[in-house]
Amino acid sequence: MLTWIAGFILLIVKLGIVLGCMLFLAAYLVWAERKLLARLQVRYGPNRAGKFGLLQPIADSIKMITKEDIVPEAADRIIFLVAPAVVATTALLMFAVVPFGSSLKIWGREIPLVISDLNVGLLYVFALSSLGVYGVALGGWASNSKFALLGGIRGAAQMISYELSLGLSLIPIVMLAQSFSLVDIVQAQANYPFIFVQPISFAIFFISAVAESKRIPFDLPEAENELGAGFHMEYSGMRFGLFFIGEYVHIQVLGALAAVFFLGGWRGPWLPPPVWLLLKIILVALVMIWIRGTLPRLRYDQLMELGWKVLVPAALINIVITGAFILI
Amino acid sequence: MTLFSVAFYILASVIIISTGIAITRRNLVHAAVYLIISFFGSAMLFYLLGAPLLAALEVIIYAGAIMVLFLFIIMMLDEEKLEEKFFPIHQWTPAAVMSGLFVAVAALIISGDSDSQVQLQAFTAEPASFGRYLFQKHWLAIEIVSLLLLIALIGVLYLGRDVRKNNPK
Repeated sequence: MLTWIAGFILLIVKLGIVLGCMLFLAAYLVWAERKLLARLQVRYGPNRAGKFGLLQPIADSIKMITKEDIVPEAADRIIFLVAPAVVATTALLMFAVVPFGSSLKIWGREIPLVISDLNVGLLYVFALSSLGVYGVALGGWASNSKFALLGGIRGAAQMISYELSLGLSLIPIVMLAQSFSLVDIVQAQANYPFIFVQPISFAIFFISAVAESKRIPFDLPEAENELGAGFHMEYSGMRFGLFFIGEYVHIQVLGALAAVFFLGGWRGPWLPPPVWLLLKIILVALVMIWIRGTLPRLRYDQLMELGWKVLVPAALINIVITGAFILI
Repeated sequence: MTLFSVAFYILASVIIISTGIAITRRNLVHAAVYLIISFFGSAMLFYLLGAPLLAALEVIIYAGAIMVLFLFIIMMLDEEKLEEKFFPIHQWTPAAVMSGLFVAVAALIISGDSDSQVQLQAFTAEPASFGRYLFQKHWLAIEIVSLLLLIALIGVLYLGRDVRKNNPK
């Protein structure tokens, strides 16, 4: 009984730390994005609240929470209210299987540095990422506005197309690591990270990941200049904030997954493992911000063509080649 | 009653209730949402019975892909205003007969099988052993099903082909 209670307390502590770190990082990713994007466009970016605008995320969150929460009269009330939470929750839950270190020994107890080591961890990530679509699609539908509905439909079509290439790009990784568990996948990269043996997979994964997070050049569900704000057009206050948090948490999770599948996870010299994971997440996030500052938006037909005619066949061929190499 | 059976009955009632609501809603999007909840419940049930792989696949394929496509189609359709009345008798009689038959057969199987008396226990199957079992014992069925899917795929390609290319004006 005592060990059971200890395990439970430990789990709560781990959950609290991870959740706190993720939300904090999400808030400061917004700041980093605004700052970096501004520099890329020869502007200053936020610089009023605190030194270098460092207090801006705090000011923003106070603003979001205190703003009025408006529900349009013609909206489908319950679905409208729940949709933002679906986006944020699915993004946060994905982190549960990401390992951020091997294991710690405290008071003679072995503590694995992962919230839950599922033997189907990779599939769990996919399951949640495919559920994230509902927040976008249903949020757009429930708003009862033409632009929001268009954004929702685009979101559904886009995410279901890129889900496929995202999944196929990771099959070679599973073949190499011979496990779905994210802990085992990091273990399998003890000698070299998988990016060196699977560069094509990494490219497909990264493109699909950017598309999954609905960012430029794949931001058709939002498309400010044609749809207003797309699926979250009618949202205000903290419900809009939840969509926002969901997007930035999603970026972190995708960074963490890129690190786990291709960049060796928490492995690295000198620094402690969680710091290495954090550095890799930030690196991937910065590249995504850089891409946002550089590329224009794809047209809808280009988006579909890239997904179905380029990425999916490339991923399939890559699987066959990897399989042939493993057999030899 | 163990904790497992309690969890089982809670999940089972969630599945049955949400499916029941799903088939009686007139609003198609609401029906789809209840069906998603039902699939989610089935996935939890698979997990409870020690098959995490099946649980993950249930969510990915049914809740995550097929229902998104359903929703996509519903959103593209013009929403018709349907009459607010209960289903006509010629619609629900065949459905009731089929479900009655299904319940009867299931009850017969459960009462006839001695394994149904065994208490539910904590157990998890590895994905690898599951795959081995499936492809060693049931490979023929899998091949037949995949052939069926291939035929469906070819059919879709045929229906969706560009007609204008074949007969230019």
